[in-house]
Amino acid sequence: MVTINGVKIDAAGQTVSQYLETTDYDIKKIAIERNGDILPKAQYSETTLMDDDSIEIVSFVGGG
Amino acid sequence: MSEDKLIIGGHEFNSRFILGSGKYSLNLIEAAVKDAGAEIITLAVRRANTREQENIIDYIPDGITLLPNTSGARNAEEAVRIARLARELGCGDFVKIEIMRDSKYLLPDNYETIKATEILANEGFVVMPYMYPDLNVARDLVNAGAASIMPLASPIGSNRGLATKDFIQILIDEIDLPIIVDAGIGKPSQACEAMEMGAAAIMANTALATAGDLTLMASAFRQAIEAGRKAYLAGLGRVLTRGASASDPLTGFLRD
Repeated sequence: MVTINGVKIDAAGQTVSQYLETTDYDIKKIAIERNGDILPKAQYSETTLMDDDSIEIVSFVGGG
Repeated sequence: MSEDKLIIGGHEFNSRFILGSGKYSLNLIEAAVKDAGAEIITLAVRRANTREQENIIDYIPDGITLLPNTSGARNAEEAVRIARLARELGCGDFVKIEIMRDSKYLLPDNYETIKATEILANEGFVVMPYMYPDLNVARDLVNAGAASIMPLASPIGSNRGLATKDFIQILIDEIDLPIIVDAGIGKPSQACEAMEMGAAAIMANTALATAGDLTLMASAFRQAIEAGRKAYLAGLGRVLTRGASASDPLTGFLRD
């Protein structure tokens, strides 16, 4: 299982791009961290999600 | 006044009003930016929602510098992670470091803030640390590579004004970076006072978000900040501790 934004998801074996295609994220407006490191957009298609990976997908919101 | 620029990390700005974008409708952002005359707007970074939703980026006018904050960070490590994610979001290199360990007073952790400032400055960020006004900490932040110093006026969201006035004045007098008063400024008169003291800029969010008319208040802040800046540049008149000084000639009275 892969932990994505705190939720365990059965996505191991998929590339990040393949996973994102199953979601409604606007790829232009998100950033991804994989196991504590930034995952550049150029690597989404060549990065395969592994069991126990911890993924954070973030975007901007209002703030002060 | 045309040459009076705010310079942060080598970037020039005409406006000295940094606008927050929290706690109000996305639909008001464009008008708020316009009426504030703001050139910098702050944002936060959070886990993205998978449902299709409106994105704040779509509401911010072109040409506005985005200043992501690291709110939510409880230590330097978390602030660094958030800053890197913010940069990956493609908004430039500016970051406002905001590190808090408690949710009751929301006071910044100065020690962790210094650590995060050093790491991020070394990575090429334009680092704008939010801090509790302490001269020694401010000097450490300068040495760590900060591009400005952002002391709090009073606790975040409190609208209580310049509770730390004397200590902000010390930073203004002793630190050779822009001192941007952040947090707690509740009304235009307080913003004006901070600018008269020599603050380089004002950051406000809650004062607008909780006002009866947000955009009208944005305009009021803009004028107050401009007035305070002009007063600072003009040099305030002196204050007599005792007595009086006539404004009118002391000769030619209509009497013998």
